[in-house]
Formats: sequence, C-alpha cells, structure tokens
Amino acid sequence: MSELLLPPEHRYAKIIKERHNEDGSELSILNLGPTHPATHGIFQNILLMDGEKILEAEPTIGYIHRAFEKIAENRPFYQITPLTDRMNYCSSPINNMGWWMTLEKLLDIEVPKRAQYLRVIVMELARIADHLICNSILGVDTGAYTGFLYVFQFREKIYEIYEEICGARLTTNMGRIGGFERDWSPEAFRKLEVFLEEFPVAWKEFENLFERNRIFIDRTVNVGAISAEQAMAYGFTGPNLRAAGVDYDVRVAQPYSSYEDFDFIVPVGKSGDTYDRFCVRNAEVWESLSIIRQALAKLPEGPYHADVPEYYLPPKEDVYHNMESLIYHFKIVMGEVPVPVAEIYHPVEGGNGEIGFYLVTDGSRTPYRLHFRRPCFIYYQAYPEMIKGAMLSDAIVILSSLNVIAGELDA
Amino acid sequence: MALETNEIQEKLVATFGSDVFQFNQEKDIFSFEVAADKITAVILFLKNDPVLRFHFLTDLCGVHYPDNEETRQFAVVYHLHNWYENKRIKIKAFISGNNPEIKTVSNIFLSSNWMERETYDFYGINFIGHPQLKRILNMDEMVSFPMRKEFPMEDSGRTDKDDRFFGRTTANC
Repeated sequence: MSELLLPPEHRYAKIIKERHNEDGSELSILNLGPTHPATHGIFQNILLMDGEKILEAEPTIGYIHRAFEKIAENRPFYQITPLTDRMNYCSSPINNMGWWMTLEKLLDIEVPKRAQYLRVIVMELARIADHLICNSILGVDTGAYTGFLYVFQFREKIYEIYEEICGARLTTNMGRIGGFERDWSPEAFRKLEVFLEEFPVAWKEFENLFERNRIFIDRTVNVGAISAEQAMAYGFTGPNLRAAGVDYDVRVAQPYSSYEDFDFIVPVGKSGDTYDRFCVRNAEVWESLSIIRQALAKLPEGPYHADVPEYYLPPKEDVYHNMESLIYHFKIVMGEVPVPVAEIYHPVEGGNGEIGFYLVTDGSRTPYRLHFRRPCFIYYQAYPEMIKGAMLSDAIVILSSLNVIAGELDA
Repeated sequence: MALETNEIQEKLVATFGSDVFQFNQEKDIFSFEVAADKITAVILFLKNDPVLRFHFLTDLCGVHYPDNEETRQFAVVYHLHNWYENKRIKIKAFISGNNPEIKTVSNIFLSSNWMERETYDFYGINFIGHPQLKRILNMDEMVSFPMRKEFPMEDSGRTDKDDRFFGRTTANC
C-alpha cells in the first residue's frame, strides 16, 4: 500500500492502517495541487480518500507569499497601494480605496462628495468584476462553459473603464490620499454608460443559463453547505457568510465613502451551500449595478480630491513654476509627510468579505506595523471541514464557489 | 440601545480589576490592554456575557516593539466585533521579548487557528495550547521569524539597491 509514499509519523498513515485492519478498506492519498488547472491558483491539499470520497484534507498555503507586511514597513505610505493591488487582484480598486480611506482616517481628511461617489462607482465596478469571475468560473468548473463566454468580455469592459480612470487595468494603483489623481474623463463616463446598458442583458442571460439548470443545481445544491454558526465561528464575512443567512455587510454596518446615501439591499441565502453562494453573488451584482446608477444620477459637481497640499501631489506644471508646489512635490515623493502617532483599523467590504487595514504609526515615514485582514485567509481554514465527506469533483466546485484568491490568501 | 464604551469598561473592571487597563478611544475603536495571563478569561467573558456579546473575532496579529522594556517587547492584538450592537473593540496584550508566549484563543474562536499560526510564523510567539502550531506562510525549514524588527528586509550584501532614502533601516529609524 501507500506506506512507501508516506512517512509513518504522518497522521494519515495511522488512519490508513487502522481502517485497513478494521474492515480491509484501502484508503488512498491524493495530492491536489499546488498547481492544478482546476484550482485556479496555487493551493495544495493533501486528501485522504476512500474511493471518490474525501475523508480528510490538509491544506498547505503560502506558495505565493510575498511578505507584503514586511515590505510595507519599509515603504512610504503612498508606495503601499501597489501592494494592496496584488492581494485580491480580481477587485484591486476596492483594496486601493480601502487603503486610502485608512490613511484619510489616520490624517482626519474629509474627502469631497464627488470623490466619494466616484469611489463608490469604481468599488462597485470592482465588485461586479470579482463576482463575475467567481460565478462564471464556477460555471466552467461544473461543465458549463457558455455562460463564462457570455459574461467574461464584460470584465474587459470594466478594465477599459479602469484604464480611462487611472491608466492601468489589473493592478490599478488607483487614487491618492484625498481622492483621485485626475478627474474622470468624459470617455470614462461614456464607457460606463455603455457598460450599464449592455451588461445587464448579458448578466440576465447568464442567470437564466444557470439558476434553473438541472445539471448545475445537481452539482451545487447541498454541496459544501456551512451553517451560519459555523461560518461565523470560522470568521466568514462577505458573500460566503451572507449565503449562510447572516446579513452582515460592512457597507451597511459601518458605511464608508457615503454608502449611507444609497439604497440597496443585502441579499442573503439560506443554507450556505454552493448554490446559495452563487445566487448571493448574482444578486449582489444587481445591487451593485443599482448603486452605480444611483451614484451616477446623484453625482455632485465639485473637486475630485481633498485640498490637502501636504499629502496630495500638486499639478506638474506648478512644480516647475511654483516654489511651494516644488517643496510639496519633493516631500511627498520622498515620503516625508507629517503623520500622527496612532493605531487605527479600517474595514471595507471587499469582493470576498471584510478587508481590514490595521495600521500602527510612530510618526515616521513608513508604517510601524501594517496588518491586512484578508478575508480569504481567514475563511479558507474552513475548507477541510467543508469538503469532508464530499466527492473529489465537489471539492473543486466548493473551492471556486468560496472564491479563494491566492494573492489574498498568502499576501 | 447602543452598547456604550463606559459600560464595557465598567463591566470589565468589575470582573477583572487591575488586569484590564489603559482604556482609551482611538479614533473609532475603543481599546484597552489586558495582562497577558488573563487573555483567555477576558475574551471568553467578552464573548459570553449576555450584554457584551463580542462574538466575532475580526483580526488577530502581532506587533514587535524591540525598544520597549523586556516584558513588553511583543504585543498580540485582538479585534473583536459585536454584530448585534455593531461595536468594535481592540485588545492588546503585551508579552515578554525573550520568551514570548500567550495562551491560545483557538478554542474560543475557531477562526483564530490560522491567525495564531501566522503570528507564530512571523513573530515566533508561542500560543500555548494551540492544536497545530507550525509555520503557515513561510516554509517549514525557516529558522528565523521574519516580521521581527531586527530581521533585515534585503540581503545586507546587496549593493545594487539602496533603500536608505525610502525605508526604515537601522541607520534612519
């Protein structure tokens, strides 16, 4: 048997031996990952299997750990945004905005309404992109490739809007302390209008393909279910928690960036299974679209950034002709901005749940300590529990319905 | 009826006396310190008390303060959240620099399992009673604890890259 492959002190070795002596069953070990096309990221799980059934799982993580927290302790504040991009890279603007809002909370900066509304728009676009990827890939994993093809081009459209706003597409590094680096171009608004017109049609079609699809329902209902109590104990937040029936959403519980101005519902599921997670994400996309429409309709005129010359880079032409601007420019670029000694925590509702930034400053130009609360990292520890007793193919579906993003998991 | 911070403080002081101290409001978060040996009792109390109900562990992480006196060189920071009243608190427990250890809360909050492993991985803080305290993000063969301040970020032999002007080095911090 598999004695050759496994060190005898490994806990699986004991289980295999016991079960073999007990009823002669031959358990096997399967190494799922680290690089496997079905896991959409670098996760390793060593599974103990009885035929097709998973008895135990042992996850190994950290394959793309990049020491962001250590790097952050050695970088001025504005250079940390690119690090946040690379956590949940499916919805980087949310991370960027979360980080700017953390700094604004630290520095007591009041952001103008227009910038807040623009932030809401871009964060909701990012949420749509995130949920769109998760749900369409879930379709691919259950064998339905068509839906993915219908909606995936709209991620491209969202990236084109990002491009109009900040010039980048995937790792956006968007915004500044106090607002945006430039006002949104008319082209950005035009592309947004086109998106708001075309995307709902495709999304409706996508929903129709899946929601009452016999095969999809068979593959997802009662697969990877988790109760609300269990989900809270494991620290679930975001759509995965709401699928279990708990209506906790940071946008409602602790509104930031003027979320209190918008009217939206927090969709919840019931059983916390894969199908509910899918439906909650679908519903959230509709809510996000509605929030974007409301924000566009109510979008106030005014400045797109706060008037904080000590933190916000001056226009380049002023730097050439104006002594004061030159000084500010130099100080900001060198990271020599005044920062109070404080400890703050700021949460935002990311694509996967509560992304938190715990920042300790000591008055110098870098954070003394910066900890990212990464929702993926916290809820992925429930994965072995969730796939216990499931089929191997269910494990893949559960993994993609949890939307575990390797970048966020490992930071 | 929102949960008031002075109510939390009164309840804690009434139960734990001088083991909870340094109460203050930091921006939007109410925070305090706990004597490290009482941490599980305090967190269990906060979780189970019918009024306080801090039932959700948002975050757990470590901080290294090498310049403090020996007994306060590491801190473990707990962020708890009461969803019923929507109230957040932050708890800090300082522990010794030479022998950093604290009791685990993984039997109170399942979610702290990996967060404590991460803290152990990066700071070498020993969580007594943790079911599986081993490295999580770094490789098992590693011997140092990389988030400690004395651990250099770059290989000190490198000459092609100079972080002096941007980062925190031993020369400028």
